[in-house]
Amino acid sequence: MIGLEQVYWLMGAMFAGIAILSSRDRVNPKRAGNAGFWGLLAVSFLFGSIIGDLANGVLVLALVLLGGTGALGRGAPRTTSPRQREARAKLRGNWIFGPALIIPFVAIGGTLTLARFSVHGVPLIDSSEATLVALALGIAVALLVANIWLRPPASTALEEGRRLADSVGWAVILPQMLAALGAVFALSGVGGAVGRIATTWLPLGHPFTAVATYCVGMALFTAVMGNAFAAFPVMTAAVGVPLIVHRFGGDPAIMGAIGMLSGFCGTLTTPMAANFNIVPAALLELPDRNAVIRVQIPTAIPLLIGNILLMYLLVFRY
Amino acid sequence: MWPLLGIAVVVVGFAVGLNPLIVIAAAALVTGVMAGIAPLHLVAAFGKAFNQSRYVSVVWLVLPVIGLLEREGLQERARMLVARMRAATAGRLLIVYLALRQISAALGLMSLFGHAQTVRPLVAPMAEGAAEARHGRLGARARMLIRAYAASADNVGAFFGEDIFVAVGSVLLIKGFLQQSGIQVAPLTLSLWAAPTALLAFAIHGIRLWRLDAKLKRLAAEGDP
Repeated sequence: MIGLEQVYWLMGAMFAGIAILSSRDRVNPKRAGNAGFWGLLAVSFLFGSIIGDLANGVLVLALVLLGGTGALGRGAPRTTSPRQREARAKLRGNWIFGPALIIPFVAIGGTLTLARFSVHGVPLIDSSEATLVALALGIAVALLVANIWLRPPASTALEEGRRLADSVGWAVILPQMLAALGAVFALSGVGGAVGRIATTWLPLGHPFTAVATYCVGMALFTAVMGNAFAAFPVMTAAVGVPLIVHRFGGDPAIMGAIGMLSGFCGTLTTPMAANFNIVPAALLELPDRNAVIRVQIPTAIPLLIGNILLMYLLVFRY
Repeated sequence: MWPLLGIAVVVVGFAVGLNPLIVIAAAALVTGVMAGIAPLHLVAAFGKAFNQSRYVSVVWLVLPVIGLLEREGLQERARMLVARMRAATAGRLLIVYLALRQISAALGLMSLFGHAQTVRPLVAPMAEGAAEARHGRLGARARMLIRAYAASADNVGAFFGEDIFVAVGSVLLIKGFLQQSGIQVAPLTLSLWAAPTALLAFAIHGIRLWRLDAKLKRLAAEGDP
């Protein structure tokens, strides 16, 4: 059966290749740091499932030390100049979009169909992992097509991947780091403590203040944790169910739906939601790490106010 | 209450501008120690969670393909394509993308678009191309602003579209949690009540994207370097 583990092998191979190319890059004075960082990441993807929790923990600490202390430089893979790109864009025409479009089409087609195939009664793909496996398949097909069509020198795709990976740098592991922090928070009972504070200190005697506290609490707690999924159980158990539903007779479906979306307003405003806010800034080569957050805050605030009003108007009516 | 010190570490660390990797590791350490978890156990728990969330990184697999296509002029072609459309402006283009992202997410097609797959190689260059066609060469501030707005259109579209789809993680989480509290709700009802906020999000962010064009015009007039 093909599942995420096989996708991780592919990723491990990619990072291993990037590490080897990095170690040979004489232009980058910090090449040892780059090779070490990408190499450790390769180990994580290739062997993370068998080396045990403690070894994984030590591996993460090593990644943090390398990425957090400026040990990574930026490699100089050979690529084309802006003028060459301009010329090739004219030459290739709109066909250049083809391989880029293969990815989503295979990803969707695969998600819808792959889980149905089986060999001797064993399903070919684990259905719970179908989306990510199909995405990886789409990428593999696109890479194959692009290589057959464009015929670049053998290591070109890997070198170009290294160029982009170096431009994102240590931020590559930020989303996983935040997920791990969330796990430590959960283990330490942080959520319960925040919920107790919210209910002890706030005036919740009126339906409107209960609704406002719930929505603002979802947004703030999400901003701190970086994830609305962590905030939802805490705020809903502390304020949502006991007050909005039980005391004031609100509709639980409306409360849950709008409450979660209030949390998403918080996601727009926080560096803790790294894969949405910090990683794109790195990917788009923005010098200001918080540039994406800055343009999202003026949308998040009126939207949160709108959510509070929507919930107050709807939740006690249906 | 002491484990909350970890949250303070996060807030202060990010505010001071320390490297986020160091901030997160320190916050995890402080939280765990304050909760009385033994150091080795803490390192193992952190490693386990890091390892189990490797799936969020699968999207990086796209980097070699995108890099290869960029080398052959993908971004330049995206700019040329848009420069020929006379009605296109950066703001209008991003409104169209916001709508596409929101609708596709509402249909459950989350991986159709994304920052690595579409924003960097296609959407941001297209928006830059449209602005260049209108205002001439772009200054650094205008270019950064367009890119940041391109990323924001992807986020707003994804967040406030996905909950309209019935089988998405957050809808199932709401249903699951309420069920534990003894309350039954149908996923379809939840996704129905996500619609008003989705429309509001499109209206608010759409207006801001629409006003981006005026902002770019002003930047061009000021002679943004």
